[in-house]
Amino acid sequence: MNIVCAGINHRNATVDIREKFAVGPHELQETLACIRRIDGLAGAVIVSTCNRVEFYTASVCPIRVMDGLRGYLQERTGGSEAPLYTHDSPASVRHLFRVASGLDSMVIGETEILGQLKVAYAAASECGATTRHLNKLFQHAFRVAKQVRSETQITRGSTSVGSVAVDLAGKIFGDLSGRKVMILGAGDTSERTARSLVSRGVRTVIVANRTFDRAARLAGEIGGMAVHFDHWQKAFENVDILICSTAAPHPIVTREKLEPLLRQRDGKPLFIIDLAVPRDAEPSVNELENVYLYDIDSLEQIVRQSLDVRRAEVVRCEKMIEHHVREFVTWMRTHTAFLK
Amino acid sequence: MDQLLLTGATFCLLLSFGYTLFTLGAGRFRPGLVNLVSILGGFALLSLDLWNRGQAQGSCPINSLFDVLIFMSWSILLIYLLVGPAYHLSLLGAFTSPLVFLLLLIAQLGLVGNTAQGRFHRDPWVEFHAALTLIAYGAFALAAVAGLMYLVQNRQLKKRRAGALLYNLPPITDLVVANDRLLRLGFALLTTGFGAGILSGMPVDNLKFVASGLLWAGYGTLLILRKMHRLPPKRMAAASLVIFALALISLPAIQYLSSPK
Repeated sequence: MNIVCAGINHRNATVDIREKFAVGPHELQETLACIRRIDGLAGAVIVSTCNRVEFYTASVCPIRVMDGLRGYLQERTGGSEAPLYTHDSPASVRHLFRVASGLDSMVIGETEILGQLKVAYAAASECGATTRHLNKLFQHAFRVAKQVRSETQITRGSTSVGSVAVDLAGKIFGDLSGRKVMILGAGDTSERTARSLVSRGVRTVIVANRTFDRAARLAGEIGGMAVHFDHWQKAFENVDILICSTAAPHPIVTREKLEPLLRQRDGKPLFIIDLAVPRDAEPSVNELENVYLYDIDSLEQIVRQSLDVRRAEVVRCEKMIEHHVREFVTWMRTHTAFLK
Repeated sequence: MDQLLLTGATFCLLLSFGYTLFTLGAGRFRPGLVNLVSILGGFALLSLDLWNRGQAQGSCPINSLFDVLIFMSWSILLIYLLVGPAYHLSLLGAFTSPLVFLLLLIAQLGLVGNTAQGRFHRDPWVEFHAALTLIAYGAFALAAVAGLMYLVQNRQLKKRRAGALLYNLPPITDLVVANDRLLRLGFALLTTGFGAGILSGMPVDNLKFVASGLLWAGYGTLLILRKMHRLPPKRMAAASLVIFALALISLPAIQYLSSPK
């Protein structure tokens, strides 16, 4: 028995090609039924995400299955030649373990792919398209992913400015539920950051923008409250997180303005996320007690650090995966006689 | 047997401390089972040792500076095991183990007197006073550790250092709460302990009385200033660290003065 993997991903196919080959949830059952008719194919799991479309199959004659898959995909897309990569065991096993661990993802170490693999496997299992070998393979892949994540730093830190800001807020306030956020200047990044904070339980969002209508619209969308830009200091009471992204040519949040506001806060911390260029907050406000200022450069630096840490961990992850590949291949050899 | 138990406990704490150093050095620190199991092991062995020596001495085993260090180590671990999990302060254990290891090492190396100075009579109030005061020291030690963790985390955040420590230390807000509650707990225990001492009517040296009073007043002032919002968290953390260090340094002098002459 052999495990065959064929697919396209973000590395070898652009989005316009990937979307042609994508298998939506509504066509999954039918597609599985079609490929199961390929001669020599015992079972299949289809993984279709925005970055990859992959077919994992169990077969006794890999070459015939690979040709069959190519033919089926060409037929399905009206003659388009798919830039398919194909692997058979043990490369296919290694590939799945790497995918599950987030090593093959666009952002190394991202964890969403594991959930997507689980959904794909469950769907194939429900359709009765999996075999004993595929069941074992996917269960093993989930176990490998868990081990890689818990024993290495492949998922450490955040890889976007918004998620770094949310992580830092967590390191300052702990639980974010009940916290109050103020947005100064309704830009796209500040909006995304505010949405991330709201999804983590932030209670109140106050939006202040030069154009009041825009502030009102954003406040309406995220369930917040709009105030006139000139009144932001009056609405500042009990604000825990301040997100700035105005187009002002000079600092708006100055030490002079902040000091009297801080005196009313009883030592509560204030997290300032300055996404604006030129900066909205004077760098010296970071020297104030209980104020933590992060500008766009410092946030991007943390993103780079996280990615560096993750890249440095890849070698350790590969070693772990290699061990599991050997273990699985050994199991497969000793259980080849037992087909579904 | 007692020596074996103490050596075992010291080894457990060394294991936790060494593991922390090793993982920190490798840049992948994550407090885990090793720290918890080592601390639990150390606590169990110390409990057994205290029980044995208590039986042998026929009283709470706090009759020499050696005893005091062992009892205080046990108190620190006890308070950690009680409050650490409640506040999700798993890293507190990693910070606590070097302190307890150091105390046990000082005791083990024979740097302090191990001669039990028998009391003239076994007064339960005196026993209660001594035990409670040392448990209060345990709470203050943990408050100092939480304060140290706050200072480290605050520095990481201020300097924008996204290392393994930043991701694994608890949020500063949680550390402020832990520091505050541990100080209150310690102060309540210390006050009750002192109350028991007064009720016992035991003779007290003036210097010991003044030193103990200063310690009590120091922590009391800290809590009052915090209550009045006059002390920012950073200074509170630093002050709890400094006062505990002073208390620890003055402990041999107090113990010497309190011993029967």
